[in-house]
Amino acid sequence: MKSVSDCMTALRDRAQCALIPFITAGDPDLDTTAKALQVLDRSGADLIELGVPYSDPLADGPVIQAAAARALQKGVRLEDVLDLVQTVSPTLQAPIILFTYYNPILNRGIENFLTRAYEAGARGLVVPDLPLEEMDSVLQPAAEIGIEVTLLVAPTSPKDRIQAIAQNAQGFIYLVSVTGVTGMRSQIGSRVQDLLMDLRSVTDKPIGVGFGISEPSQARQVMEWGADAVIVGSAFVKRLAEGEPHQALEAVETFCRSLKASLEDA
Amino acid sequence: MTLTPLPINQTSVQQPDALGRYGKFGGKYVPETLMPALSELETAFYQYRHDPEFQNELQGLLKDYVGRATPLYFAERLTTHFARPDGTGPQIYLKREDLNHTGAHKINNALGQVLLAKRMGKQRIIAETGAGQHGVATATVCARFGLECIIYMGVHDMERQALNVFRMRLMGAEVRPVEAGTGTLKDATSEAIRDWVTNVETTHYILGSVAGPHPYPMIVRDFQAIIGQETRQQAQEKWGGLPDILLACVGGGSNAMGLFHEFVNEPSVRLIGIEAGGEGVDSEKHAATLTRGRVGVLHGAMSYLLQDDDGQVVEPHSISAGLDYPGVGPEHSFLKDSGRAEYYSITDAEALEGLQLLSRLEGIIPALETAHAIAHLSKLCPQLDGSPRIVINCSGRGDKDMQNVAKYLDLK
Repeated sequence: MKSVSDCMTALRDRAQCALIPFITAGDPDLDTTAKALQVLDRSGADLIELGVPYSDPLADGPVIQAAAARALQKGVRLEDVLDLVQTVSPTLQAPIILFTYYNPILNRGIENFLTRAYEAGARGLVVPDLPLEEMDSVLQPAAEIGIEVTLLVAPTSPKDRIQAIAQNAQGFIYLVSVTGVTGMRSQIGSRVQDLLMDLRSVTDKPIGVGFGISEPSQARQVMEWGADAVIVGSAFVKRLAEGEPHQALEAVETFCRSLKASLEDA
Repeated sequence: MTLTPLPINQTSVQQPDALGRYGKFGGKYVPETLMPALSELETAFYQYRHDPEFQNELQGLLKDYVGRATPLYFAERLTTHFARPDGTGPQIYLKREDLNHTGAHKINNALGQVLLAKRMGKQRIIAETGAGQHGVATATVCARFGLECIIYMGVHDMERQALNVFRMRLMGAEVRPVEAGTGTLKDATSEAIRDWVTNVETTHYILGSVAGPHPYPMIVRDFQAIIGQETRQQAQEKWGGLPDILLACVGGGSNAMGLFHEFVNEPSVRLIGIEAGGEGVDSEKHAATLTRGRVGVLHGAMSYLLQDDDGQVVEPHSISAGLDYPGVGPEHSFLKDSGRAEYYSITDAEALEGLQLLSRLEGIIPALETAHAIAHLSKLCPQLDGSPRIVINCSGRGDKDMQNVAKYLDLK
């Protein structure tokens, strides 16, 4: 299983911008999630973020909130998500990054969670409600266990914070492109370009841009502004939730390929 | 878990540490986008809380606009009701926060925070509300200062607190219904936080309880601490001493913290908080976080939390919208674990009894939230020796609850 860093480095060596789709585990059901991971893997995803459904997703907009609520309604549990990763990850090229809020981790026990996640095959972790100040309890054990923890930088982050976050981030730095929650936006503000330049001036680590990107043209725009990775979430989650699973999977495949193409033909 | 165990009886710690922690509780578990705003708020609070001009404005408004100081009222017939056959027994006083403008203690904090927001240059105010008392208080201060005001309220709460929805709208606030979850305070708070993440650069979030990420638990407590400060002075005037027991209801816990704070370092004063027991703490329908919860993280703070064995937050239940919350302020968790404060629960049915008791004996109709504290007297008083002086925070008046209560009570 490749680490997130190795994957990002290999792409950078080939001067390629990574595509990182996000889907919510268990929506519409775990079986479809498993198939979606494989579809994404063969349709151009370089890494995949898998969201653990949570009852109070503060950083998420309506699309991902609704997906998480549906998954929980169906009884999807953290252990189910980890079992799914264990089953599917050996068949994938793309490393899996788990995206989960803090309370399910805390509830399970931090080291227990990290160990189990690693054994299941996850290689990265994003915890949207753990800012740098609260991250100590996770960073050290994660480093020992072999899970890379991506930290987020926001448009509101001042320069000294950006520097501290960049220093501590592992795998890549997640640049939040908007002040706001996850969800599709019609435009990606040019502020992202300035933020990318600010970040680049303090770090050599790869930078992924996410929140709001929902169109191939936006992905391309962000790549041209200098991003090393583009993260697309709600646009995938929405497609997966529409229609019968086989139709949804086709839509996901088509969309993933179109995003990948926008990041390739230079 | 890498959490360190809490030293017992560390009661002198009343200020959170630099990360906003009371022992292991508190902190700032929020998306990165909000971190600079929390720092800005903390800086503004430290800058202005001892600033004479700020204090003059706040104290002037508390006196002339809110109507403070609120009385410390000797509840004579309630005292007689709980007296022993020989006529001795606990002496019961009510700290009349229900007499504040807008009818509850919530205005103390809303006023303090709006003055901070003004100084920080924020023109847009958001808030969450459960019972609607914090929403009304926020709408009130926004009207008073001409600020845009958006209140998030669960759809279920909008129905059971319809009067307060109308009051907020009358004062020019926009009330946004929240349908997620059970449509109660937890969901309204989540939605308010999402709004703040989105509009943080122009908006101040007036959080209404001693919950949420640091510095909110500290700021809200300090603006509510006037309740205990007045109580100390009034107790001194009335009987030349301290109260023996303080009693208050706890949802997030702002009225209780406001009463307790002044006395946390007075070991002779018992501190008792009353949670919502709903249909019973052994049922699944309650909101008794400190009684039945486990340590977790919700809405930016580590505290006790009602959660299932997978770490998902459980939907709470209480007849009272203001106590219908699965979390609790981190300082209450600290006071519980250190043994400094005691927490018990009162069921929906008992709270209705308490509401009727105070109405009939004293001619004071309390809010359903407050009625939980009143109801606990029936359990507490028989346990007490001598004639201790009990101060109950009469945190709000019950007008808002009458339509709802009428569904449960068959009065002829």
